[in-house]
Amino acid sequence: MTATLEPVHVAGQAPRPLLDRVLRMRELGILLVLVLMLAATQADNTAFLSEQGIKDLLLNATILVLVAVGEAVVVITRNVDLSVGSVLGVAAFAAGDFIQGGGNPMLAMVIAVLVGAAFGVLNGLLVGIGRVPSLVVTLGTLYIIRGLDSVWVGSREITAGQLSPGFVSFGHDGLWAIPYLGILAAVVLSAVAYYLRDYRSGRECYALGSNPQAAALAGVPTRKRALGAFVLCGALAGLAGALYLARFGYADASTGTGYELTVVSAVVVGGVGFTGGTGSVYGAALGALLLTSINSVLPAIGVGSVWVEAIDGILLLLAISLDRVVALRVAGLLRSRRAREPRSTENG
Amino acid sequence: MTLPDPEPRAPVLALEGVSKSFGAVRALRSVSLQLFGGEAHALAGENGAGKSTLIKTLAGVYRPDEGTVLLDGRPVEFAGPADARDAGVAVIYQEPTLFPDLTVAENIFMGRQPRRSLGRVDHRAVHDASAALFQRLGVAMDPERPARGLSIADQQLVEIAKALSFDARVLIMDEPTAALTGSEVARLFSVVRTLREQGAAVLFISHRLEEVFELCQRVTTLRDGAWVAGEPVARLTESDLVERMVGRTLDELYPKQDTPVGEVALEVSRLTREGVFTDVSFTVRGGEIVGLAGLVGAGRSEVARAVFGVDRWDAGSVTVGGRALRPGSPSLAMAAGLALVPEDRRAQGLVMQMTIERNIGLSGLRATSRAGLMSRRAERDRALDWATKLQVKYARLGDLVDTLSGGNQQKVVLAKWLATKPSVLIVDEPTRGIDVGTKAEVHRLLSDLAAEGVAVLMISSDLPEILGMADRVLVMHEGRIAAEIPRSEATEQSVMAAATGMTNRSQA
Repeated sequence: MTATLEPVHVAGQAPRPLLDRVLRMRELGILLVLVLMLAATQADNTAFLSEQGIKDLLLNATILVLVAVGEAVVVITRNVDLSVGSVLGVAAFAAGDFIQGGGNPMLAMVIAVLVGAAFGVLNGLLVGIGRVPSLVVTLGTLYIIRGLDSVWVGSREITAGQLSPGFVSFGHDGLWAIPYLGILAAVVLSAVAYYLRDYRSGRECYALGSNPQAAALAGVPTRKRALGAFVLCGALAGLAGALYLARFGYADASTGTGYELTVVSAVVVGGVGFTGGTGSVYGAALGALLLTSINSVLPAIGVGSVWVEAIDGILLLLAISLDRVVALRVAGLLRSRRAREPRSTENG
Repeated sequence: MTLPDPEPRAPVLALEGVSKSFGAVRALRSVSLQLFGGEAHALAGENGAGKSTLIKTLAGVYRPDEGTVLLDGRPVEFAGPADARDAGVAVIYQEPTLFPDLTVAENIFMGRQPRRSLGRVDHRAVHDASAALFQRLGVAMDPERPARGLSIADQQLVEIAKALSFDARVLIMDEPTAALTGSEVARLFSVVRTLREQGAAVLFISHRLEEVFELCQRVTTLRDGAWVAGEPVARLTESDLVERMVGRTLDELYPKQDTPVGEVALEVSRLTREGVFTDVSFTVRGGEIVGLAGLVGAGRSEVARAVFGVDRWDAGSVTVGGRALRPGSPSLAMAAGLALVPEDRRAQGLVMQMTIERNIGLSGLRATSRAGLMSRRAERDRALDWATKLQVKYARLGDLVDTLSGGNQQKVVLAKWLATKPSVLIVDEPTRGIDVGTKAEVHRLLSDLAAEGVAVLMISSDLPEILGMADRVLVMHEGRIAAEIPRSEATEQSVMAAATGMTNRSQA
């Protein structure tokens, strides 16, 4: 069947990635909201976007961006990882414990990443082999990891004084208004985005999330891809733990408690669909930036920080409603754009 | 270019003496089939004859219990669908499985994308190759549009493009035309013909006999999982083929007693649900069993669901015992004395994770409760009463229905509805997948109900069951009542002829 058919009708259409355009629109939308919000705040309070102000905004966002990127990959495969807060906490303390004992800070970060990846393997194996929904599995590991952390850490705590000065300054300093942590997060973000877009296994993550049965029929190693997503997510949560320690100079047994909900909110606000197969890590990163910026904006315009959570929630619901509306519009558009009228190959 | 096969009669893909059972059901019994390059082969048979099982065996989804699958004359064992695909076997199911969120081009090449340096996906090449495939197929389709929103016909074209992309030598199509319009069928056929002329082996399944004659050179007929015939299409007429599909002798499994026929209990008049069924009219009288026959997809279950009020209808009327029903109100239908035993007992008829007594009790929550509180004792008594009447074989009424055999589960569904003392009972495939003994009990039960004056509408794909049980047979074809045949004139041939749309001659 390698012979060519007679070309009867030429498709002749330039690659017009409708889907990409829609998704980009979604990301541009968040960016627009972010810019408007920052501009309005700046107009109200001219000290807001000073060099230090920008740096603080980026520093605050960095850690959430990293975890949200990992979470986005998991959500794209139609799974969810609720254990990220616990992993972040245990990795932060592991890194701190190592540095406190005289260890190299670089090595400490590697250890944090490995600790996170190990828990990612655990999550991935439980979901893949046990065939249990990831929501349940990671809810379980959320408590298990937190429990182990509490047993191990006890009432100990790591403070900035016990850390090496270089590590602490790495957590604060940067090139002008761009913190080192932000640069690191940006590098990770673009690497993951590139992987998802340009590698077979990355595309297969989308395929898996879009239609698991079709993915299996197409020969996609579905468990392996899900496992990979969980490992990446765990590793990034681990890295985020080490950076958390550098940024705040503090870790104890409760570090990262409740963080998973912020992460999931950022991912959803960023347009990564919970039904899998849609969205991008850029969107998730923008969602994280938006959520953390609100924390800085509200005090700057004189609104009590008690409002932060309520506003986060409203934003989440708005984002979901928007996604729903967009999805319905796109579906309608695609149906009406019935690729073409039937044409026959019969020549006569 | 592939050269013509040096040995033209060597089958590309073949089955030899393949058997496959699911529990007690023997889906395939020693079936053989040979697919030759450059030939379209039809697979014919009634619903449940084993066609789907055969396809899934060729596609690597099922592994045969006995017998072998031969690829180019050598035995192969497909470990899964991916294995079969790699061997050049492409299957297009009635409803294709695509990734709705991904582009058409990605759908075609998922897992096999052309790559450039560093193992990166070559998006340009994916796009160009997809565009070239659609060009070869002679259809205009934007490779960069998402698969979401494509019509079934277009989705099938994407699947065919996928088959082309890995140079499939065998193309299996499971009722590809069921959801297509006339012009879409014509386009599909022209594509398939071209592929066949280039040497692909095609296996084609369709309930529309005229399509078999239009497209195929050979036909293999299955009946009850067994091979009946394999022969060139040119030697056959449509009625020959129908005879091969149904030619059975009736046995004495079906004890319908003659009962005096009473008043009209259910009257359905010009009932229409857009795009599903059209202008359906019939009556069922007390004491009568009316069979509703037709092929899968003819709209029988949909009519039943609309009559019962699960689905709405757009035009027409339903009257039960003289009371007109509102569209879309099952509770009103129940109050009027209607009961529906649905087709899929596991999904629609029972709550599998609930006990027997609770399941029977579901239809009578109102009867067994006082002031909104239900009485466990009343529920238990009611369940015990009906489970005993129907001779359900169970250990305890508190056992989960999940633990019962298929036949006993069906009796529980029947018990649940009979406990509402209906005047009209609609049963949809009442004996599908249950053993012969229980089947006879269900038949006796339906017959007894009719004798007590209940009006029974029985949907069944089991022709002997219809012919044995029904006083009258209604036959649906593509959403319409194609024929109404009295018991005396109903034969397998007359019913199948009407069901396949061959003729409306028996119109009564």
